[in-house]
Amino acid sequence: MAAPRILIFSGYGLNCEEETAAAFELAGGRAEIVHVNDLIDGGKKMKNYQILAFPGGFSYGDDTGSGKAYANKVRNHLEDDLQRFVDHGGLVIGICNGFQILTNLGLLPGALTFNKGARYIDRWVDIEIEGRSPWLSGIKRISLPIAHGEGKFVLEAEELDELRSKGQIAARYVKGEICRYHDLEANPNGSLEDIAGITAQEGRILGLMPHPERALWTSMSPDYQFLKEKSGRQGKKLAKIGPGLNIFQNAIKFSQKS
Amino acid sequence: IAAVLTNPHLERPHIGKIAVNTGWNWLIEIGFLPGVTDNVGATARETIEDLLKIKFKPGEAAYYSQIFLLTGNLAKKDAETVGAALYNPLIQRLRLKSRAEFIKEGDLPIIVPKVTLAPDDTVIEVNLSVPDLELARIGKQGIRDADGTSRGPLALDLEYMKSIRDYFRGKRRNPTDIELESIAQTWSEHCKHTIFADPIDDASKGLFKTYIKAATNRIRRKKGKKDICVSVFSDNAGAISFDDKYLVTHKVETHNSPSALDPFGGSITGIVGVNRDAIGFGLGAKPIANVYGFCLADPKDVRPLYRDKELRQKMLPPRRIMDGVIEGVNVGGNCSGIPTPHGFVYFHDRFRGKPLVFVGTVGLIPRKAGKRLSTKKAARPGDYIVIVGGRVGQDGIHGATFSSEGMDAGSPATAVQIGDPITQKKLSDAIVKEARDLDLYDSITDNGAGGMSCSIAEMAKECNGCEVDLDKAPLKYPGLPPWKIWISESQERMTLAVPPKKWRAFKSLMERRGVEATVVGRFTSKGTCVVRHRGKVIMNVSLEFLHNGLPKRKLVTSAPLVSGDPSRKQVRPPEQKASDLTRTLKTVLGRLNIASFEFISTQYDHEVQANSVLKPLQGRGRVNGDAAVIRPLFSSPRGVVISSALFPSYSEIDSYKMAAASIDQAIRGAVAAGGDIRNMAILDNFCWCSSNDPLRLGQLKRAAEACYDYSLIYGTPFISGKDSMFNDFKGFDEKGDPLLISIPPVLLISVLGIMKDAEKAVSLDFKFAGDLIYVLGETREELSGSEYFAYLGEKYGKEYLGTSVPGVDAADNRKHYVQFGKCIDKGIIASAVAVGRGGLAVTLAKAAIGGMLGAEISLQKISRRASRDDFSLFAESSGRILLSIDPRKKKEFEKNTAGRPLALIGHVTEKPELVIRGLRRRGARSRGGGNSEVRLKLTDALAAYKSTFKAH
Repeated sequence: MAAPRILIFSGYGLNCEEETAAAFELAGGRAEIVHVNDLIDGGKKMKNYQILAFPGGFSYGDDTGSGKAYANKVRNHLEDDLQRFVDHGGLVIGICNGFQILTNLGLLPGALTFNKGARYIDRWVDIEIEGRSPWLSGIKRISLPIAHGEGKFVLEAEELDELRSKGQIAARYVKGEICRYHDLEANPNGSLEDIAGITAQEGRILGLMPHPERALWTSMSPDYQFLKEKSGRQGKKLAKIGPGLNIFQNAIKFSQKS
Repeated sequence: IAAVLTNPHLERPHIGKIAVNTGWNWLIEIGFLPGVTDNVGATARETIEDLLKIKFKPGEAAYYSQIFLLTGNLAKKDAETVGAALYNPLIQRLRLKSRAEFIKEGDLPIIVPKVTLAPDDTVIEVNLSVPDLELARIGKQGIRDADGTSRGPLALDLEYMKSIRDYFRGKRRNPTDIELESIAQTWSEHCKHTIFADPIDDASKGLFKTYIKAATNRIRRKKGKKDICVSVFSDNAGAISFDDKYLVTHKVETHNSPSALDPFGGSITGIVGVNRDAIGFGLGAKPIANVYGFCLADPKDVRPLYRDKELRQKMLPPRRIMDGVIEGVNVGGNCSGIPTPHGFVYFHDRFRGKPLVFVGTVGLIPRKAGKRLSTKKAARPGDYIVIVGGRVGQDGIHGATFSSEGMDAGSPATAVQIGDPITQKKLSDAIVKEARDLDLYDSITDNGAGGMSCSIAEMAKECNGCEVDLDKAPLKYPGLPPWKIWISESQERMTLAVPPKKWRAFKSLMERRGVEATVVGRFTSKGTCVVRHRGKVIMNVSLEFLHNGLPKRKLVTSAPLVSGDPSRKQVRPPEQKASDLTRTLKTVLGRLNIASFEFISTQYDHEVQANSVLKPLQGRGRVNGDAAVIRPLFSSPRGVVISSALFPSYSEIDSYKMAAASIDQAIRGAVAAGGDIRNMAILDNFCWCSSNDPLRLGQLKRAAEACYDYSLIYGTPFISGKDSMFNDFKGFDEKGDPLLISIPPVLLISVLGIMKDAEKAVSLDFKFAGDLIYVLGETREELSGSEYFAYLGEKYGKEYLGTSVPGVDAADNRKHYVQFGKCIDKGIIASAVAVGRGGLAVTLAKAAIGGMLGAEISLQKISRRASRDDFSLFAESSGRILLSIDPRKKKEFEKNTAGRPLALIGHVTEKPELVIRGLRRRGARSRGGGNSEVRLKLTDALAAYKSTFKAH
């Protein structure tokens, strides 16, 4: 089976494209980092890919609202291509700034705004998966890092009901392994109903505030030194691969099936 | 347009009017002053242009301002106080309106901060055939404009001015203003580091060559094939070998003077500026980690300071400076997608006049870029001189010269700037991730201090000449006089040498990446730096004179006191009751220099690029570590360890030992985390004060001697450095009385080390109850300059300087660092941390908090105890590592550290309490009994450690 091709957007201050590409490659895909201008001038075509990824970063410095200016750029030039891509059953993921871009594009409902603490925060969280999405199949609970200033998900009440009834809530912040290890609150940014991620299009479009591409190896986890010592004493070998990779592997598998 | 600038879930656009007319009492509007970088305005403009498929015409722009509406029973004075806390008059304007005023006026008229300059093409001739007094005045205060105002400091002393005069006499003419300005930038202390270069006492080659560079050369020779250095002192950063395909670079800069005036702007341009040192290394290294260090005054200190006698120019209070510099690195680092895994804060009263802002960047570069060696770069005659990135404005005029002097009322506000990290990110990606490997340019360097005048003239050395046409320079707005265009330090620019036949490909790539690239001239081999404007040659100076014409001054030192000096009386602080030691430890844990600064670590993205292994916060209790480890390549297990240390409180007692302690502590921090001392390099950042005072120079020389001695014994070469020699504030207190605040001399040592396996890194937190706790290294009665003495000094209102600054036995230490490294390699060590500020007691508490576990310790087991229990607990003796191991590995561990000063001092406990027994009862008995042990509950320790900056 041919490895699916993944287009990873870059340019204008997106900055997680390399590790996102590494994640898809590690999961068995063929990732390509493509500057948005190379899509706009036609040098690269969205239709040649099976998966689109909007990675994290600070596109346009969040100057006019996180994800806003980049979404405008995409909408002004690539709206039709993107719609066609979605209509044809392609997979889309937006991570952090990418999630913010997807909401601004209207591909995902709601908006992401300033954390309740009004400050950028980098820490690990635990999320519980709900709803159905090809990106998340088989995953119940994982620990991943977040790093954002605008990660608080908000949405009007009636739309939230719809989101719930359609099973579009992908993940919620919960008090799990990492929160207990660090004695930290579950929901770091004040997100509505602890929402950490949402989906659309039967789960094919996923927006996630936490960064699975920053949890590819166990050694990236904040309790790694503890886990290493613990497993050493138990005579066990600690798994090298971290929890984040699963999400990328799911996408590759799904693409290969469809 | 409103729709594309707002998010309907979050915002409501109003066009032409402020719609909210009720529910507030005061309105504050804050906008930028003309010419200040306006990132939001720029993005709005790009968005509008892209939406409407138009290009703004010259003079058209989008501007940004913020409106705050205050509700409540506030007097005008209160509203003004709120406003003053929200803006900085050097870069912003403020409008305050009451509701009544607003209603009366019916609206808030828009203020457009457009720069309108009367076209100014003037080039004036500066007559240097004047009496010495006038010559000196020009050098200090600058060139006078026609209206008599001075243009700002040249920082050229009389000797320098005479050399310039003589050079132009030889050419039978006076210099033009641009020539004089250009020479001043190039010769500034900031750029030429004259104090480290000039002969000093018997060291005729100067401090840098005699001590720093000589040490590195000797180490490299001694290491032979094992030499790790690849590029030292010659490029924008220093580089060592990472593996057979890659190099890592490191550079640490300071941005002190700008940060004193505009903390946010100073620190963001500092961090984004040092990123360019990585991008400008070789043919372009990718920044892979940022580091920071802030030396500040107590944020609670509210004593006002003024720059002028009339009390009009008020300095920002320490809290504003602290918040601003933290925010600057936040925005600069986070927006650039560079992780910030390591940094520190340090507080001392003498940073009240001028803070120190250290910013550093580690870079990664393949040894080969395309088919070329990535470290080899040279502009060739005929190459285009290309400026990429931002445009030139009048921001950042005289930054290089202003930071080469003490700060006073004459310090120019134009030196202050705001950064634009996204413009630089676009530039960085286009260069490092694309153009470099396409072989599109011959050379590249940062456009920093001195602007084009320095970067172009510097690169021109590679081919021996340059010709620049200033009319081609891309300007933010018209009307700038040529001398300003030439020396402006407007941010986010780099200078490249692009062969003409590659220009089209280069230009096209930059355009497609949203990066502006402009040819401003050509490199030549004519031996001169020629600048044209409006068709006329306005500068023509030989490169030889520009770079080597500055006369050497002979520096003379006088001997500073050393710690053993008999004239210094050792005043011993009163002995602390044993029963008080628990409370004392708790208090010390909350001191500014010890307490957790988690709020900084978590607001800096330290996990972007997915390279984080040993994080800034370690263990369950999230304790700030002394070192961080990253794994920069997905394809290699190798790691990079970074750490840093400084001991400003030791400087006045003994600057030699201060430097030795800084070197030892930085190295030991990295060793404890798993670094290999044989694979480590160091960087120096001297931040001194009053460096024309022979006594200060004496201290400096002693510190430089220590650098030589200790780097040599440790075998850790210096690879890069940067100094800042005049960190003095000359101003006035609230009564208008003159005041001089000089920083304590500082040497920041930063470590860059390579680990074969990043996953071997060890964190500082205790891991399991029952684990054995050891101290490697001896504890001696060395408390002068310690955090403990500072605490007692504040407690008793005295100054306990003493004479016993910790000494460093490097030869002995090195042995146990190497042996300890082997233990890490074998996986024996469960936790480790360098014993540092606050001594053993504080370090034990941190390891316990980190693991959220207790410990039982016997003080009697510590090798070579001091004369008093409190001294044993808080002495800052060097060379020590506190570590814990699985008891089953006791034999193996002790075998591997045989012959080293090792003490098994206790064990880790499940009970959440730090118990230190074995205290002498003397103190207790003489004061009528009480506990003769330290018994600190973990919850109390945690609260003390985290409470200090809780509100931040």
